[in-house]
Amino acid sequence: MSSGSSRSGAHRRLDLRLGLDVGGTNTDAVVLDRTDGLIAKAKAPTSADVSSGIEAAVDAVLAAGDVDRTRISHVMLGTTHATNAVLERRALHRVAIVRIGAPATLSVRPLLTWPEDLKAVVSGGEAIVRGGIELDGREIVPFDGDAVRGFLAPLAGRVDAVAITSVFAPVSPRHELAAADIAREVMGDGVHLSLSHELGSLGILERENSTILNGALLGVARDVAGTLATALGRRGIDAALYFAQNDGTLMALEHAVRFPVLTIGSGPANSLRGAAYLTGRADGIVVDIGGTSTDIGVLVGGFPRESSQAVEIGGVRTNFRMPDIISIAIGGGTIVRPGAIGPDSVAWRISREALAFGGDTPTLTDAALLAGRASSIGSVMPDPAHAELLAGGLALADLAVADAIDRVKTSRSAVSVIAVGGGSILLADSIPGVSEILRPAHHDVANAIGAAIAKVSGSAEEVVTFAARGHAEAVGAIAARAGAVAVAAGADPERVEVVDVEETPLTYLMEPGARIRVKAAGPLIMG
Amino acid sequence: MLGRCWLVYHPAVPRTIRVDELPDIARGCSVLGAGGGGEAYTATLMAIQAIADHGPVQLVEYDDLPDDGIVMSCGFLGAPTVTIEKLSSGDEGAYLREEVERLRGAPVAALMCAEIGGSNGMVPITWAAKLGLPVLDADGMGRAFPEVQQVTMHLAGIPAAPAVVVDERGHRAVIHQAEGEWAERLERAIAIACGGIAASAEYTMTVAQARGATVPGTMTLAAEIGRSISGAETDPVGAVIALTGAARLLDGKVADIERRFEGGFIRGTATIEGTRGDSGKTLGIEIQNEFLVAKVDGHVRATAPDIITLLDEQTGEAIHTERLKYGQRVVVIAIPCPPIWRTPIGLQTAGPAAFGFDLPYVPVEQLNPGTGAWPGKDAGAGA
Repeated sequence: MSSGSSRSGAHRRLDLRLGLDVGGTNTDAVVLDRTDGLIAKAKAPTSADVSSGIEAAVDAVLAAGDVDRTRISHVMLGTTHATNAVLERRALHRVAIVRIGAPATLSVRPLLTWPEDLKAVVSGGEAIVRGGIELDGREIVPFDGDAVRGFLAPLAGRVDAVAITSVFAPVSPRHELAAADIAREVMGDGVHLSLSHELGSLGILERENSTILNGALLGVARDVAGTLATALGRRGIDAALYFAQNDGTLMALEHAVRFPVLTIGSGPANSLRGAAYLTGRADGIVVDIGGTSTDIGVLVGGFPRESSQAVEIGGVRTNFRMPDIISIAIGGGTIVRPGAIGPDSVAWRISREALAFGGDTPTLTDAALLAGRASSIGSVMPDPAHAELLAGGLALADLAVADAIDRVKTSRSAVSVIAVGGGSILLADSIPGVSEILRPAHHDVANAIGAAIAKVSGSAEEVVTFAARGHAEAVGAIAARAGAVAVAAGADPERVEVVDVEETPLTYLMEPGARIRVKAAGPLIMG
Repeated sequence: MLGRCWLVYHPAVPRTIRVDELPDIARGCSVLGAGGGGEAYTATLMAIQAIADHGPVQLVEYDDLPDDGIVMSCGFLGAPTVTIEKLSSGDEGAYLREEVERLRGAPVAALMCAEIGGSNGMVPITWAAKLGLPVLDADGMGRAFPEVQQVTMHLAGIPAAPAVVVDERGHRAVIHQAEGEWAERLERAIAIACGGIAASAEYTMTVAQARGATVPGTMTLAAEIGRSISGAETDPVGAVIALTGAARLLDGKVADIERRFEGGFIRGTATIEGTRGDSGKTLGIEIQNEFLVAKVDGHVRATAPDIITLLDEQTGEAIHTERLKYGQRVVVIAIPCPPIWRTPIGLQTAGPAAFGFDLPYVPVEQLNPGTGAWPGKDAGAGA
């Protein structure tokens, strides 16, 4: 599991990238060249263990394009390993939970809202110790290191990881760092640490939950990284490894094994980024239609628009930055009945049960065929006797998609829609409020392409008052920190740029202030 | 309005507040918050924790308490951004009580929320659980307002001082003599010094005084509004309107939001374009922490102190001003405010002019025929 430095063969050409995306149904693989041109693509069914599906997809794509595997310099993986581990409560670390904030925060203990079964698997004990930071960077009270030592000492050897969260750690991490030193001292340098200031934004309960989940996933992350490195090594691929994360950017493997929680939500993000790449558009609405559902998201400046709502993973409320996606139960396999469509779908059985494949279940794919939106699918044209039923179903689907597009629109003006996914043949050629519909080639592997072409990013956040320094100066300082994070993750220092500035004015303060979050990203340094 | 026949106040509400009722109370507090008062989520968790640790809280009416018993009106003041990060210790209520008892020389008989709207509606429940004291089924607003003196006790001539401000560390400040806007100014300064948030108790009074100076039944009203939302099978928005007698100003979609920072508060304007039956109409709404003025096609249809609230079209949940974003499907409603706010001093304190709007106050039911009256218990306050 190396990342670049150990690559051998000083003179071999290193100009190809391998993108992988593990989806619910298929694992997709693509190979791109230096100019982002598509060399090969392949799909394999996603396996229960995820890993063998990845291996099958890699083998298929290498064979499909007759790819010289020694030329592959970077491998990017978008995976559902972490999501599945949380949902299935499987292979999770036991975590000692330290919160720094007492006497503040004592009114809500850690894990209060966690599902009991997940809590039982994850928690190795909880403590709230004195300390924590104020909004302006002062201490609430002095940090109580002895309390951390006293809590952790008996847990040595009984937990796999320590999750540490301090009040206003995004303003100053110093109490978290002090607690981390004590954890290493008491439990040894090998102890896995998850620190909240590295996981982002304000809202201590959500950030603490994310930090604990991250600690619980550290083992899973190391396993996946190891498995992937082994599988690639066995195939003679010696490349730097990257993981896709929820904001549509990449993190280096070293980063991913420390922040596995950030891989959750990478699927929709990759789909949006892939759509941007396939069309050359930076802004627009992406409609990703699969077999059972349609995901609709928004591209802003080439990146997914993030949700402002708290996101729940496995019953735990978190502060993950997730793409703002609306999902509706409309897909190629959605079953059409008189006056109603879905929500059920024939899913992967479409090639047996849909009318076009000689079956007797009317689906939206049949409707699209009969309406002339698609051709050369299936073996027979659906019987015109179903015409009225199917036309009615398609009309309902059109209405639902148009409504969902309208819900995610960022402004009143008409927008461009990018259609991706195998079910995108359903989409009408004209939609109210939509100026144009783009249907790019290779839309069926948009996710894997999205992973392969992604930029490497970093973000930083701070609460500032503008009395101390001007607005531009404050934003500039935070942007510099965000850029440094991106470069540390593998971005080209010459080409890192700010991609997003988010500012939340603070109310009820006498001097004007705001919470500012900056995201910077840049392309990978290629071999 | 047909829905009004449901609106007879009935005390069939349990006399204790249990953990499982808290989410509904929080929903109701959000509806009464008129978009402000802070989001109730964290405050709800605090109440859940406190009741889980210390048992259910008694909910009492004026008649359940001795006339000379002390009612401690209380809550938090501070910045929402701090509220979600530096959570309270849970002991702030105990510090307030100690100081109030020392100052009054008598025990506190019950806690009361100064502000039922938003997160502060939940706060006294948390403290009461820990202190073993009851919560009075009343509050000082019947809604949410941004400033300390915008309470019905102020209208009734009850002094704010001595006001007590404490923080999670146990720092305590007592403000003597300060009235009206001075209580607001000084308490706010202390809250900032404490790190952006502090707990306070002011307008402390006897039960006899509280009868005419507070809005009765608002905790029960919040619980009923919350239950109407969570219990609705198909139409939670309709259920809220039926229960509260609110005017349904517009069904629409948020088309534009403009926010600006002015004088320590967020001010802004939102534009909502009509959909369905309201297609073609446009509603403009003025925001200063709360929703203050609603105009449909340029005509005023509701102003503060009437309670303008935006409900999510699907879920019926109230939408906080800070969560408002383009594309949301909403139903804008206006609930008539408690009668005491319609007195001359009430309007001087919290009418359109108090927020800088050059508009006369016209009651929402006059602007929208068919609207009911204040849905709470018929007021001692203002009656």
